[in-house]
Parts: sequence; structure tokens; C-alpha cells
Amino acid sequence: MTPLASYLLVAALVFAIGLAGALVRRNAILVLIGIELMLNAANLNFIAFWRYGPHPEALTGMMFAIFSIAVAAAEAAVGLGLVIAIYRHAQTTDLDKMNRMKG
Amino acid sequence: MQAATLFTPQLAASPIAKILWLIPAMPIVASGVISLLKQPRRKAATVLSIGSLSFSLLLSLIAFAHVVAGWAQGAAVCETVNFTWFQFGSTTVDLGWVLDPLSSVMLVMVTFVGLLIFIYSIGYMAHDENYTRFFCFLSLFAGAMLGVVISNSILLLFMSWEIVGLTSYLLIGFWYQKPSAAAAAKKAFLTTRVGDIFFLLGIVWLFAQTGTLLFYNHGAGSIEGWALTGLLAQPAALGLSAATAIGLLIFAGAAGKSGQLPLHVWLPDAMEGPTPVSALIHAATMVAAGVYLIARVYPLMQAGALAGGTTPALTVVTWVGASTALFAALIAVAQNDIKRILAYSTISQLGYMMAGLGLGGVAVGMFHLITHAFFKALLFMGAGSVIHGCHEEQDIRKMGGLKSAMPLTFATYGIGMLALCGVPIFFSGFWSKDAILESAHGWPLSQAPFYMLVFGAVLTAFYMTRQISYVFFGAYRGHNHAHESPRVMTTPLAILAFFAVALGVIGTPAWPWFRAFLDNRAADVSLHAFAEPAWLMLLLTSCVIVVLGIGFGWTLYGNKSPNAEAPDALERAVPWIWAVLRDKFYVDEFYGATFIAFYEWWARVADWLDRRVWGGAVAAVTWLFGLWAQLNRFLDTNVVDGTFDKGCEEISTGGGLLASIQSGRVQNYLRILALAVVALVAILIWSSRP
Repeated sequence: MTPLASYLLVAALVFAIGLAGALVRRNAILVLIGIELMLNAANLNFIAFWRYGPHPEALTGMMFAIFSIAVAAAEAAVGLGLVIAIYRHAQTTDLDKMNRMKG
Repeated sequence: MQAATLFTPQLAASPIAKILWLIPAMPIVASGVISLLKQPRRKAATVLSIGSLSFSLLLSLIAFAHVVAGWAQGAAVCETVNFTWFQFGSTTVDLGWVLDPLSSVMLVMVTFVGLLIFIYSIGYMAHDENYTRFFCFLSLFAGAMLGVVISNSILLLFMSWEIVGLTSYLLIGFWYQKPSAAAAAKKAFLTTRVGDIFFLLGIVWLFAQTGTLLFYNHGAGSIEGWALTGLLAQPAALGLSAATAIGLLIFAGAAGKSGQLPLHVWLPDAMEGPTPVSALIHAATMVAAGVYLIARVYPLMQAGALAGGTTPALTVVTWVGASTALFAALIAVAQNDIKRILAYSTISQLGYMMAGLGLGGVAVGMFHLITHAFFKALLFMGAGSVIHGCHEEQDIRKMGGLKSAMPLTFATYGIGMLALCGVPIFFSGFWSKDAILESAHGWPLSQAPFYMLVFGAVLTAFYMTRQISYVFFGAYRGHNHAHESPRVMTTPLAILAFFAVALGVIGTPAWPWFRAFLDNRAADVSLHAFAEPAWLMLLLTSCVIVVLGIGFGWTLYGNKSPNAEAPDALERAVPWIWAVLRDKFYVDEFYGATFIAFYEWWARVADWLDRRVWGGAVAAVTWLFGLWAQLNRFLDTNVVDGTFDKGCEEISTGGGLLASIQSGRVQNYLRILALAVVALVAILIWSSRP
């Protein structure tokens, strides 16, 4: 088994855990944590593909991962802000009760 | 009878002829301004109407002087100003005015008598609340009448003629609150309309035949030589030439306006109007318009005259005139309303004028028109003064003895009465009536008109004597104290009385100035004319007429002061004749039983047709449309609306289905997204399989 495959397996595992968390948890903060897990799984893939790719000296994968982390940080800030705003408004963070946008 | 002199228009119109249009325009403009004034602005209305008419009188006098000056130099003045109103195809509709002896004489007469009547109206209408309206109508009337006088285009003449008819209607019905006045106005309007229809037909025919509406147009006018030759050559029905037929049609219009048989019925009823109106319209001007019209188209009436100087058209004019003169004089004998007597007298005198035109030519008829205008206006205004003084009483049986209460009115009225009776030598009426009788005596066709006119003259003297005895002699039979009228009313009477006497001077056989002026000959003074046996015979006849009439009247009525309720002297003598005369020969009843009954029947038939036939047809169509509308509504509700509703329902259901996906649960969306990605990946892997 090549190191790349094992990295990819770990990343897939983390992604699956994140997805499951995002799908099944009712608490909005825990859903956000799931999303963060999925993002980080993607970052792991970036690094793995870069490290074992044809041009490991070009640092492209690293750049991508750093950008992605920055975007994830911004996303987490916006997401937490939204959760706080919703909580203030509805006194809950239960996503099943946040269905006022239904058609 | 002299051959008529055909005027040849001068090429260049003089300055006065060019501004001749101002004469009718001034009163019409004044009328328009007055109509905008408020009711209490009496002074402004008076100043406007009298000022404008004075200006017209001034212009008329200048025009008259101009024509007389031209005539004295031996040049016939007939100046025309013509212009094209509008044009369709190659046909032009021309209007224009003419200044010739005929129109200049009429202008002076109408403006002068009109002005006196305007002044008189200030006093007569002083207490009427519609004073300004009265002066508005009077001015419009005067303007329209002057328009008739100066017209050189038969169309312009007809338009003015109709405005005259309209104002006559308005003025007769001035006191429209009285049902009798409203009815009289309607009657006058409708009766004259009968004549006007024929007149219009005559105009159209004349226009169709000659292609011009102008009377004088440098030889190309409709009553000048060239057109008349064409008209004579054109045969109409019954062996008459077109000239005769058109002449008769125009005469029908003139008969309507001038109250000739059988269209005279409106004139006595027209006495419902205020007395100045009776004087202005029904004595001096409007009724004279018919006579003037015949004088204006005289070349047409006279075209194709034989050696005797008469034509079929003129023969008809003569007979109608003579019959009217006698007929109306007979009726006047048995009337009791002071104004009605004068009205029938007017009809009778208009008959004389028509007969004069038919027998002796333009000058004879016109001379009587002018003298009659003065003394009949005088009589009417005198009657108005009497009515005013007797507190609006018009029945002569309830007057009497007014000669001491109203001396000035009595004196002037007496002069007017003597002029109307034709008392020899001193009064103008004698000279003008004398000329008519002289022409009648020399008429080659028949002596009957002469005897009719003579008998009419006897009756005239008789009924005027009867009237004046009832009104001014004997004892007063009324209730309230009679009083003399104010100065503003009596002064015009005095002026008119002066002319009723003085005007005779211009028409004596010794110095036939008026006739020479109209016929465009030189006027010679020849005192020998007084010594001619024929004239002396006529003088004798006139004396006999006057003595008979006045003597007979005085014997029956003079100074006897009958009781107001007592039967008339003539009624006691011959009751059945009296009854026939009092009821005006039953002409109104005859019309009522024939024409009016027929129209009523016809109106009823038309009403029935309207209600049943046309109304039924309309109702049927309405019902059909109603049915059609019901069908449409059924289709609309069930087919169109149904389809639409169904479509909407389907769309709504579909929208609901789709909306159920949009549950608002974020995790559901994410779940679907994840499943879709998995499916996508599966497909990719599946499809990239070697």
C-alpha cells in the first residue's frame, strides 16, 4: 500500500465523519464543526496530491491548502456569527426548527 | 306704364358705396354688444342701439345725397361692390351690395323711421324689466332689414330676410310669458316659412338657370339683359317661361312676408308684441320687405312684357294685391282691438303697394310704401301712446273722449288717419294712393282691380273714422283716468306727422320727383298736369271716396259715445255681415279645419308608426341582441372561464409539489446534495470503466 493511498483513505474517513456529522446533528454549531472536518479532509488531499505529484518543489498544493484554511476560517466566523444571530432571534440552535424558508 | 329703365352699373364704386356695408353692420354689432350687457345696463343699451342707428342714418343720407347728385347730373347711379364668398368647382357663390335709387330711398326710410321708433321705445318700454333684451332684438332687426335693402346678391338678401324673420319671431314673442304672444310668434314664423320655401325654390332655380346670384354684375347679373333673355327662352310648365315661374316663386316669399292673401293670417296675431315692434316691423319695415323684394327683382317680373306692359307674373301680383286690399279692409271694419284694426289696415295697404307694383311699376308701389311707412308708423305709435295712456287697454269700446285727455296724441293720430284715408291735396297718402288708382284705371286687362281698390279706399276711410270716433270722441268709458304720454313718445309722433303731410310733395303729378328719381328720368315741373281731365276725374273720385267713407262712418259712430257693452251700430243694421267680418271670413277656422287638421292627423299617424312599427323593429333588434349576449355569457362562464380555471389549478398543484421540496431544512438540502454527488461520482466511475 502506497503512502498516498493511506493518506487518501484517512482523508476520505475524515470527510465521511464530517459529512455524517453535518447531516445528522441538530445543533447548528456541531453542523459547522462537521463542515470544518470536510474542508480539512479536502486540505489533506491537496497536501497529499502535491507531495506525491510530479512537481513537489513548486509549492502549489501548499498554497491551495493555506488559501483554503483562510477561506474556512472566514466561513467559520460568518457561520458562527449567523448561528449567534439566529440564536438571539429564535432562542435555539436546533436546525429542524429553523424551517421558515420553506416553499 | 313706363318701360323700366335698365341700370348699367358703373365700373368704379364710389367711396360711399364701398362702405355701404357699414349701414347694416353697425346695428348688428351694437346688438351683439348689447346681448352681452347685463340686464340693468339700460343706458348703455339705449346709447348703443340709438347711436349705431343714428350713424347708419347719417351714412344713408350721404349715400342718398350721392345718388341724387349723380342723378341730377344725368348719370344713373347703380354702383355695386361684389366679392366671392366661396367657390366649389367652377361655380362661385357671390355676395355684394348695391347703391341705386331704390336702395338709397329705402335706406333713408328704414333708418329714419327706425330711429324714431327706437326713441319712442325708450318711453314705451321704460317699465319693462327686459329693456336691454328688447333693444338687442330691435338693433338686430334693424341691421338685418338694412341688409335686405342693400343686398346685391339674392343669397345675401335671403340670409338677411331670414334674420328679419327670426327677429320678428323674437319680438312678437317678446312677452313670451303670455301664451297668446308665444302662439302668435310661432304662427308668424311658420306662416312666413311657407312663403320662404317657395322663395328659396325660386332662388335655387334662378341660380341654376343663370349661374349667378348677383342682381347687377356689369351686365352678367341675374336680372340684367343677358340672363333675362335666357330665362324667357326657357320654358317651364303650363306654357309659362322660366322667368315667370321664378317670379311667381319669389312673389310667394314676398307674399308671406308682406301678409298678402292667403298668407296674411300671421300679421293680425303679431300685434301681441310690444307696440313699437308693431310699428317698426308690422308697419314700416319688415312687411315692406316683401314689396321691396318685388321692386328689386322687377326686371325679372317684367321680362317679356307685351305692348300693354304687363306679364303673367305682374298680373298675379296685381290680382293678389287688389284682393288683399279689399279683403283686409272689409275685416278691419268689424274689429274692436285698436292694434288689430291697424294690422288689417296694414295688410290692406300692403295690398295697395303690391297692386301698385303690378299695375304701375316700381315707382308707384314704392311711393306708397314710403308714405305708408311714415303714416302707419305714426298711427301705430299713436295707438301705443293711447294704450299707454289708458293703462294697457286695447279695446276701443273701453276708450272714448281721449281728445281732451291726450291732445298731442289726438292731433298726430288725426293727421295719420287723414293721410291713411287719402284726404286730397294735403296729405301724402292721397298722392301715393292716387298714383295707384290712376295706374289701375289705365290697366288694359281689366277694370276690376280699379273698383276693388276704390271700394277698399272707401272702407279704409270708414273704418278709420269708426276707430277715431270710438277712441277720441264721445265720453270716456274706461275705468282708470287716462293721461298723456311722456315727451320722448310724443316727439317722434310729431316728427312723423310732419312727414305724413310733407312727403306728398315729392310725388305730385305736377312734379313727379320720386317717380322720375326711381325711373331715372329728369323731373320736370309742369303745372298743366293738374288741369288734365283724367287727373281731375281721379281727384273727384278720391273726394267722393273720402267723403263717403268718413261721412258714413261719422253718421254711424260720430260722437255718439256708445255704451261699452252695447252692440256696434253696424251689428244692429246687418248682423250676419258683421258676424262674418268680425270672425275674419273664417280664414283661421278654415286653416284649422284643413291644413292644421291634416297635420294633426298626419302627426298622429306618424306617432303611431313611430311607436308601433319603428319602435317594434327597434325592440325586436334589441331582443335579438339580448339573446346573443346571453349566449355569449354562457360560453364565457362555462368554456372560457372553465378552461382558464383548470389551467390555473394545474399550475398551482405543480407549484405545491415543487414547493414541498423546499422544506426549509438545511440538512435536507445537504443530504440531497450529498446523494447527488455520490450518484454523480458513481456515474463517472461507471462510465470511465474500460
